[in-house]
Amino acid sequence: MSIEMTLQRTPDGSARSLAESAARRDPRAEPAIVRVAIITLAIAFLSIFVVLPLVVVFVEAFGRGVVAYLSALADPEAWSAIRLTLGVAAVSVGTNLVFGLAAAWAITKFDFPGKTFLITLIDLPFSVSPVISGLVFVLLFGAQGFLGPWLQDHDLQILFAFPGIALATIFVTFPFVARALIPLMQEQGTQEEEAAISLGASGLQTFFRVTLPNIKWGVLYGVLLCNARAMGEFGAVSVVSGHIRGETNTMPLLVEILYNEYQMVASFAIASLLAMLALITLIAKTILERNIDGDMPHDD
Amino acid sequence: MTIEARGVVKSFGAFKALDGVDLKVANGELLALLGPSGSGKTTLLRIIAGLEWPDAGEILFDGENALDRGARERHVGFVFQHYALFRHMNVFENVAFGLRVQPRRIRKTEAQIRARVKELLDLVQLDWLADRYPSQLSGGQRQRIALARALAIEPRILLLDEPFGALDAKVRKELRQWLRTLHHSINVTSIFVTHDQEEALEVAHRVVVMDKGRIEQVGSPSDVYDSPATAFVHGFIGESIMLPVEVTGGAVHLNGRPLDIAVEGGAAGASTLFVRRHDMLIGPADSGTLHGAVTHVRSFGPVQRAEIALTEGSTIEIDAPRDRELRIGDRVGLKPRHYRIFAGG
Repeated sequence: MSIEMTLQRTPDGSARSLAESAARRDPRAEPAIVRVAIITLAIAFLSIFVVLPLVVVFVEAFGRGVVAYLSALADPEAWSAIRLTLGVAAVSVGTNLVFGLAAAWAITKFDFPGKTFLITLIDLPFSVSPVISGLVFVLLFGAQGFLGPWLQDHDLQILFAFPGIALATIFVTFPFVARALIPLMQEQGTQEEEAAISLGASGLQTFFRVTLPNIKWGVLYGVLLCNARAMGEFGAVSVVSGHIRGETNTMPLLVEILYNEYQMVASFAIASLLAMLALITLIAKTILERNIDGDMPHDD
Repeated sequence: MTIEARGVVKSFGAFKALDGVDLKVANGELLALLGPSGSGKTTLLRIIAGLEWPDAGEILFDGENALDRGARERHVGFVFQHYALFRHMNVFENVAFGLRVQPRRIRKTEAQIRARVKELLDLVQLDWLADRYPSQLSGGQRQRIALARALAIEPRILLLDEPFGALDAKVRKELRQWLRTLHHSINVTSIFVTHDQEEALEVAHRVVVMDKGRIEQVGSPSDVYDSPATAFVHGFIGESIMLPVEVTGGAVHLNGRPLDIAVEGGAAGASTLFVRRHDMLIGPADSGTLHGAVTHVRSFGPVQRAEIALTEGSTIEIDAPRDRELRIGDRVGLKPRHYRIFAGG
């Protein structure tokens, strides 16, 4: 924010800044010293906790030059982790997109018993530690687990394999799409859908021609956050992955392993990819938020 | 197309929105559902449209059961109070929507759709807005586009929910006239919901007055205004003076004093005397059957409104002609020209 100091001549000939007199008129304005102090505090905090770590990631990643950085990323183990992470993210975003749309649609367009309970359930992954979520899957699918013997009999591998990692990620990320859509759809109400139906549109036509275009920015917003979390998830995935090198390590898991082995460049090179994902997510999020605002109904 | 409702009942939880409604609407009629908020008028409209389902009762279109069919198959044009225009489509696409979603075998060609939309936009006199989006239109324009969109599917019935409710007074007046003319030219059986009596009386052929989920009276605008069937209708339509009276021994008593008026209707015991403000004739202090003193006078339009404190205790407001001079403190005599007495306090 910039404070412009425009000088103007008052009738009695003394110069006074507009900003100053404006501040005097505005009953909500804080004294200059308070404003400066608060802004400085915020900037300092953000620098130490956000900007500095981000810089460190890139400095460490490029510490031995661009060639070392690129060869670290070209390593088969790194490559496998990138592929696994992209695959898991694709599956969980896809699943949660369908689930989130269905849940938001059901919750906002219909009244049914147990609605509040469903909303609470959707929020559950936010309130449970990801490690616990992972453990639940171990208890469910592990060798000593509830479904373990049955899975072994049928030669199905869930834990320590792609399905387990995907399941844990789906669980941890399932609130994002639904959470992005529920307030938006609640605000928009059901009148446009009613209008579409009374004009002869079928359920599917109503969904694709009326509902979906109205919430497209909200859907993208949810997908974006869901994707960021899916790629960055550590706790739940760590429990179910089994850390098989070159097979079940996702990018965040590989970062930790490499770091523990003092392979700083390799570790931070992978971390820099995740950091870039975060930056892109942040920018896209800002753009989407502006568009969602346009979808919110305004009073006449 | 005729519409008939038989014994329609609808509850929302503990709230009884419709409590046994019977109604017949003639072909080509323009009918108003009039009542205070919570009287069930919008619920009845939505049930006819198929947007709501009754708990009991029947809805018949031309004698055929309409409840077998969903909103989609009823061919009802519905205009929503808040327009419900599709916000991401321009005006043209909004109007074209009903034509575009038709099953392929009966769907019109693109050229036919364009011609039809143009025709409808001409009808509502807004063809110059075809490329605009709903957010760029004024309230009155949105309402007319919503109407054009509803008419696009050539509905057999047109239903309008508080069509002018969200508009300012001047635009409302214009659109009222316009709706009458439009209905005259398209002649589709139409029902509109309103809480504004002036709107109902001015636009509709017949008015249905509703209260607490029941129909109080059905009749022409002059019927419901001149011969209200119930105390509620008398109180709701037009402005009335209401005085608590006691009917005993063939005479009407106000605060124990007999009034020189005939007992009208079958009222007995504690009752209410209803008089239109302009039906209370004002005369010298020694005339009439009610007496009081003028406490306040306001003059506007063709009448002057006087507040009179009756010697019997109540204060009433009457409308008197402007040529009779009234001053605060004048003692006057009053006599109702027309009045109704309904049982109940």
